[in-house]
Amino acid sequence: MAEQLKDVILEYVRNEYLEDGDDREVNYDTPLISGGIVDSFSMVSLKVFLETKYNIQIPDAKATPEAFDSVNNIVTLLKEFGVE
Amino acid sequence: MAYSPEAKAALAGELESIKSQGLFKEERAICAPQDSEIEVQYPIGSEQKKVINMCANNYLGLSSHPDVVAAAHKGLDHRGYGMSSVRFICGTQDIHKQLEDKLTEFLGTEDTILFPSCFDANAGVFEAVLTEQDVMIADRLIHASIVDGIRLAKAHQDTYKHSDMKHLEEKLILHQDKRIRLIITDGAFSMDGDLAKLDVIVELAEKYNAMIFVDEAHTSGYIGKTGRGTAEHFGVLGKIDIISTTLGKALGGASGGCISGRKEVVELCRQRGRPYLFSNAVAPSIVEGSLKVLDLISKTTERRDKLEENTKFWRQALTDAGFIIKPGETAIVPVMLFNAKLSQDFSRDLFAEGIYAVGFFFPVVPKGQARIRTQLSAAHDRHHLEKALDAFVKVGKKYEILGKTKQEIIDRYGL
Repeated sequence: MAEQLKDVILEYVRNEYLEDGDDREVNYDTPLISGGIVDSFSMVSLKVFLETKYNIQIPDAKATPEAFDSVNNIVTLLKEFGVE
Repeated sequence: MAYSPEAKAALAGELESIKSQGLFKEERAICAPQDSEIEVQYPIGSEQKKVINMCANNYLGLSSHPDVVAAAHKGLDHRGYGMSSVRFICGTQDIHKQLEDKLTEFLGTEDTILFPSCFDANAGVFEAVLTEQDVMIADRLIHASIVDGIRLAKAHQDTYKHSDMKHLEEKLILHQDKRIRLIITDGAFSMDGDLAKLDVIVELAEKYNAMIFVDEAHTSGYIGKTGRGTAEHFGVLGKIDIISTTLGKALGGASGGCISGRKEVVELCRQRGRPYLFSNAVAPSIVEGSLKVLDLISKTTERRDKLEENTKFWRQALTDAGFIIKPGETAIVPVMLFNAKLSQDFSRDLFAEGIYAVGFFFPVVPKGQARIRTQLSAAHDRHHLEKALDAFVKVGKKYEILGKTKQEIIDRYGL
């Protein structure tokens, strides 16, 4: 289940943030924000996606650049909301 | 003492961190009016050097135009130096209303409200107009002031890939349950110099019942046949619900900005726009100067036509010389160097050759996309651009990047 969750997020990140022809490798540990793939402003789309997909509300205080900085970090965050 | 040694050390540490990341910005002192040629101290306090200015937003060359300066003097003489008030207490003069009406006419909208700056206009408009029932769907390369405005608003937020209309459409479909969908974009993107695809955006807005916000700061005055901006360029004047623009670039270059658009939007800004309600009215000299600018550019398109010629010449000349530039039609022409240090070294060498152009690198632009951003002006004559080109070629040869592909430059200098 955890692997499936990771893959859903990974696929979303690839589709949502990589431009056509951008062949950068993105895996579960790739730094998304500190690595320059997702900026702090467009991170909001990822938050909207997670909230809609898993029917949760992530408070702004929890939606930090660190918490969203990799697929693995996001999975850890989602656990707090009962999503595994 | 309230400013304790711990507080001082903490702040000094922040500054050190900025420096160690190579992000510390140093200002140059311009010892002359803004123009195509200026006297510059760099570093400040050093001997003045005369350079050609290739980085001002002085697109129409009106920043120091004698008629504009004279009009500003008239403002001082007839309406004083400052208002000492916000607009709604005792800061609205007859000339503020005249300027708002003139801007409405120029931009082809229903109404206009002045703000102390376009930054303030962008920071205040969304909070004033939208509620938590609405959604803002923004291009990812919008200006920092709009990002701040979005963050201050209670409405939902979402973003789409830069100028990716398919992605925007997906987001419009996703947010059909919201009361108002507001598409948010710059007219011209300040770092890349490309134009938003406003014709497609208007089609999508009509199809999915969305409003449109466009920041015309880098286009008002020269994009479009009569300089009315991106909306004119794409033939969609009157179809943009909210325009923000500045008086601080092509339109005289002093300061001040506005929101122009639907009557209800403008009125809500007047009632609720916090930067409007809680900062001083635009100074009378700037209002009179701006009225003169609108007068000048409504009489003739000579200046925007010259700027268009300059832009075409410069884009072609750089391309022929073997530089990689970002394609586009605006007077913002980024020369791509990809490597951050190379962009700084290149800028420094240009300055030594008498050319003032600044290097931009992460986080101002994405990693691996460092560049020199050049900006054209109607104040440039051909000899200025030829001299600038000679300098670019000389420095380009020094670093052996002319005629090289992006990959070859990256292979040599890294990302």
